[in-house]
Amino acid sequence: MNAVTHPMEDILRMDRMPHIWCPGCGIGTAVTAFAMALQKAEICLDKTAVVSGIGCSGRVAGYVKLDSFHTTHGRAIPFATGLKLANPELTVVVISGDGDLIAIGGNHFIHAARRNVDIKVFCINNFNYAMTGGQLAPTTPEPATTTTSPYGAFEHPFNLPFLAESSGAVYVARWTALHIRRLTKSMTEALSKKGFSFVEIIAPCPTLYSRRNRLGDGLDELKYYHDNSVIKHGLDTRELDIGYRKEIVMGKFVDKDRPTFIEALNDRFTQVFGDKYEQYGPQNANGN
Amino acid sequence: MKADPKGVLTGAHFLDGDHACAEGALAAGCRFFAGYPITPSTEVAERIALRFPLVGGIFIQMEDELASMAAVLGGAWGGKKSMTVTSGPGFSLMMENIGLAAMTETPCVIVNVQRGGPSTGLPTLPGQQDMMQARWGSHGDYEIIAVVPNSPQECFDVTIEAFNLSEEYRVPVMVMMDECVGHMTEKVVIPPAEEIEVFNRRLYDGPKQDYLPYAVDSDNGRVPLMANAGAGYRFHVTGLTHDERGYPAMNAEVQQECVTRLVDKVKLNTHAIARYEEEEVEEADIVLVAYGISSRVAMRALEMARADGIKIGLFRMITAWPFPEERIRQIAQHVNSFVMVELNLGQMVTELERCVAGAAKVHLAPHAGGWVHHPEDILQIISEATT
Repeated sequence: MNAVTHPMEDILRMDRMPHIWCPGCGIGTAVTAFAMALQKAEICLDKTAVVSGIGCSGRVAGYVKLDSFHTTHGRAIPFATGLKLANPELTVVVISGDGDLIAIGGNHFIHAARRNVDIKVFCINNFNYAMTGGQLAPTTPEPATTTTSPYGAFEHPFNLPFLAESSGAVYVARWTALHIRRLTKSMTEALSKKGFSFVEIIAPCPTLYSRRNRLGDGLDELKYYHDNSVIKHGLDTRELDIGYRKEIVMGKFVDKDRPTFIEALNDRFTQVFGDKYEQYGPQNANGN
Repeated sequence: MKADPKGVLTGAHFLDGDHACAEGALAAGCRFFAGYPITPSTEVAERIALRFPLVGGIFIQMEDELASMAAVLGGAWGGKKSMTVTSGPGFSLMMENIGLAAMTETPCVIVNVQRGGPSTGLPTLPGQQDMMQARWGSHGDYEIIAVVPNSPQECFDVTIEAFNLSEEYRVPVMVMMDECVGHMTEKVVIPPAEEIEVFNRRLYDGPKQDYLPYAVDSDNGRVPLMANAGAGYRFHVTGLTHDERGYPAMNAEVQQECVTRLVDKVKLNTHAIARYEEEEVEEADIVLVAYGISSRVAMRALEMARADGIKIGLFRMITAWPFPEERIRQIAQHVNSFVMVELNLGQMVTELERCVAGAAKVHLAPHAGGWVHHPEDILQIISEATT
């Protein structure tokens, strides 16, 4: 009989386990969904890279057995842009948190979507800055309490699918950490989609967000997702605000096609230079 | 290795320093550029944008300098020789990911066409006020390499050298130009590709299971062998303190080993890296020290001083960092004094003072930027130094 191996041993760095995430945290679930999506999408793991920024979700890159980059706060997307453009044969996935991608990295997010750089962005949204101890995020619902909004948040939070779509993303979906099969399906689709693809994953943060707001543990949060989430595929993304303890609308909202940055560049240069121009693409990769 | 002829514009040209720098990058094999427009460096980006499509390079104008520098790192790990170009305000924004480049040992070239600062300062006028920022601008302990060309020809030459050094030592290399050198137009001779030496990164090609991204041994000295993304080694890279597997390790022992090596790989190779030019230094009582545009003004002051019968020499730095410490110590043994000529109120002079360590007198010919020194003002300081 063969020795028992973990089904994700080829994708996760088992020599780095246990991971740093708290019991009940949703990041591990998102990583599981990602690992399953990689298996389902049947893409070459040697040609897949993960880029993360900073924060709890920023640690994802450290646990995947792929070419993986744990970069600076907010800069995962521009780093990933460089990686993808320099080696177009790579599948480049950014996995990071809401604070990293949307606050400090917000400008990069909208510009990468606008350019339709062919990267996949999986944003784990736990409604707060968890690594630093539970501070206000641009996603914190009003009037949730955080350590830097001790009297309750009063800023209007971003609606991430709307931000992604209006910036130019070609694929936009949202799921919670409870809906792991649907999340896996969206991640699988995104991995095979050409262009800037965005999946938001609503995830529990029992240690900070839930505790400070007296919402119970991770399981209580999953129960909230179970009781308060609805699937509305194709809904207008303007309708996707998340209110405090209100209904969470999930689904696939955008799935369209437009030229990626490299396709547009090749089209443009072919028009200008004709036969003198050599198409830029996977053949321009410099492997080892 | 010889240069890829595709990027080499062989011939004699009439180019400004910015354009010559762009041609140097092309000749060195740079095929990834990410940048953001800023005076007086924009012409470098413009020429790269014009030239890249037909040489297989990829140019992207990013949303800001934070993104430009991050993209350059991504480009480098994607297997391309990568660069960006900027001036003071953009240089400040790039410091974040210059630190990541130092920590992760990512080869990359950053060109800074210096203008007067601080802040927005003098966008169209020269300065040499970012010399210390080049060395110390990002947080933490690390070393970088910085070169300081003083002519369009040298902009071409040292940009190639910058790429070679960055690939060899896996370190960010800065080409510290100034507005004058960037915008002056002179004859630039670009040799045939087969006469241009380029250094390509040393790649690991051993068994996959044995790859340790940050391991060094006697064969590779202090610089680990690199693997490009997509080559099948499935490595991890982090800005956290890391062990030889590239894995985060939060303790003082690994920090000591990791950071000491980042510093030593440059510092202990200063003799191989640092370049300078000397003009009658051996016979001199007094030696001018200068770099970039200031070295050309200093040359005029030197001629005037000689006409006055002063025994004077010139030490021109081509490498600012690592500082040519050993040579300065030698010269300090036989001269009476040094005069540092720079377009700032005293930056590299502090390094000069540190190395001279009281063995000779050190004077500064300062200038706040916006123009170059008047040779007469330098001559005045020379005269004071001789009395």
